Amino acid sequence: MTTTSPRTQRLIPKWNASYSVVAGFLILLILGFFSIIKLELMVNGLFLGAIIALGAISLSLIYGILNFAHLAQGDFMTLGAYIALFLLGTLLPRLGLEGAGLGPFTFGYPVFIALPLAILAMAAIAIGLDVTIYRRLRRRGVSKVLLAMTSLGLAIALRGAVQVIWGGDTYQYPRLSKEFYQLSMGIRIPPDNLFIGAMTIVLVVVLYLFLTRTRIGKAMRATSDNMDLARVSGINTENIIKWTWALSAGLAATAGVFLAIFQAQLLPIMGWRLLILLFASVILGGIGNLYGALVGALIIGVAAEVSTQWLNPAYKIVIAFVIMIAALLIRPKGIFGVKD
Amino acid sequence: MSLLKVSNIVAGYGETEILHGVSIAIEEGHVVTIIGPNGSGKSTLLKAIFGLIKPKKGQVLFQGKDITGLAPETVVRRGLCYVPQSSNIFPSLSINENLEMGAFIRTDDFRQRLEEMYLLFPDLAGRRKDRAGTLSGGQRQMLALARALMLDPALLLLDEPSAGLAPSMVGSVFEKILGINRSGVAILLVEQNAREALKLSSWGYVLASGRNQLEDRGENLLNNPDVARLYLGG
Repeated sequence: MTTTSPRTQRLIPKWNASYSVVAGFLILLILGFFSIIKLELMVNGLFLGAIIALGAISLSLIYGILNFAHLAQGDFMTLGAYIALFLLGTLLPRLGLEGAGLGPFTFGYPVFIALPLAILAMAAIAIGLDVTIYRRLRRRGVSKVLLAMTSLGLAIALRGAVQVIWGGDTYQYPRLSKEFYQLSMGIRIPPDNLFIGAMTIVLVVVLYLFLTRTRIGKAMRATSDNMDLARVSGINTENIIKWTWALSAGLAATAGVFLAIFQAQLLPIMGWRLLILLFASVILGGIGNLYGALVGALIIGVAAEVSTQWLNPAYKIVIAFVIMIAALLIRPKGIFGVKD
Repeated sequence: MSLLKVSNIVAGYGETEILHGVSIAIEEGHVVTIIGPNGSGKSTLLKAIFGLIKPKKGQVLFQGKDITGLAPETVVRRGLCYVPQSSNIFPSLSINENLEMGAFIRTDDFRQRLEEMYLLFPDLAGRRKDRAGTLSGGQRQMLALARALMLDPALLLLDEPSAGLAPSMVGSVFEKILGINRSGVAILLVEQNAREALKLSSWGYVLASGRNQLEDRGENLLNNPDVARLYLGG
């Protein structure tokens, strides 16, 4: 890498990284036009990327404030998806709220009730877990490695809880099969994916506005920058930590519900499997950078889907890591990794 | 009644005790400097006053009220502000957002105060939307001062405001500090650059190994041959 002066770095950096990402997608598109790779896989990879992005951003939020790798984030997704399953399959039907196959989608209108409730439930669970487990450890001045190991234990415990409550069988949300949209060049898109993509865009924009326009959002970024200085400025950082858990777990629950819709099934291991892709995305994009997590996730999502054209889908994770390692060899701090 | 009265503070990090009973006082509107060799506990004293570390013994009175051991987010509501030595800005926030964070506990409209800060620190005014991490060392120090002043405190604790600055910047930082003091803010200053700092100060303390060693009027300390030899570089 050539070294650039601080001045040119300030003017260009964000964008030259973006350009290279855009260029990468264009190359893929051109390859697609010449039928070297299936455009359909690419397009649907973007939707998988959107789900990964929600999870990766939720992981980055926790890392940004508490500085440890929260390994239970995947199982937050799983639990969120299963809470929605309980609502859609059991509770809401008893209240007479039942339905599937809304418009072009496989799912019904109750998803719009179940999703916000699952988000709230996961936010409450995350705050509860922080107060009972993580906060105690923080106050004892436990190391980041120990916090990460604790979260690994929590991940296994949560997955165990899901298995105990729901069993190991696969479930589905109430659904009706629907026709895919047929586009030119043999691209078929399940309408559900468009819903997932649109919702992800909305959530990312809302999150951006929250972090840059609201008092609490700005205080969250300040706390992530420098917790002591935040406290000195009068910010109650314990409250900020609660907000962060709520936001992060809410995003994880959303990602979990979307994943269950995307795969048309729920499994106790679904979130844990995705966790590895979340980490690949976060590291690829530049640790602690939300924008990087988003772009990293889209790249990983597309790469993972496109790889299934030649490889067994079981190798998706391997592909994600090959891309991550290759990118880190070129840019050791990740695509958007700039540290002051 | 002193604005701030610190009596017999004992504090440190974990098992390590750094301060073994330090006492200082500062009157309203004055500048007081604490000098002493590295490791004498100057910065630790400021942290103990502001609640970043909890004193094991001793008392901190501000405007006659006991603030010993209160959390920093509570202390700041009492009317004193603190500028740490390093990492004293939020680098990924814009300059404007840094100042907003300085006013975090204000519930009133602080836009006027914001504009006053930009008048006081014109270097910052043209770069409101820039990330604070892109500022130069001297500009960062100005932003750190401006952030702390957003609350219009009665007392400002400054930890080595001239540390790591280019010599050309040191003078202008001290000029700003003097200006801030003239506007009525009392300043408790910890400085390596002892000579410059004592010139501004009505009173000075010399700390050594976590204990009070000497205290006197600023000019007397400047003219004290022992102090000059030991702490002012001859």
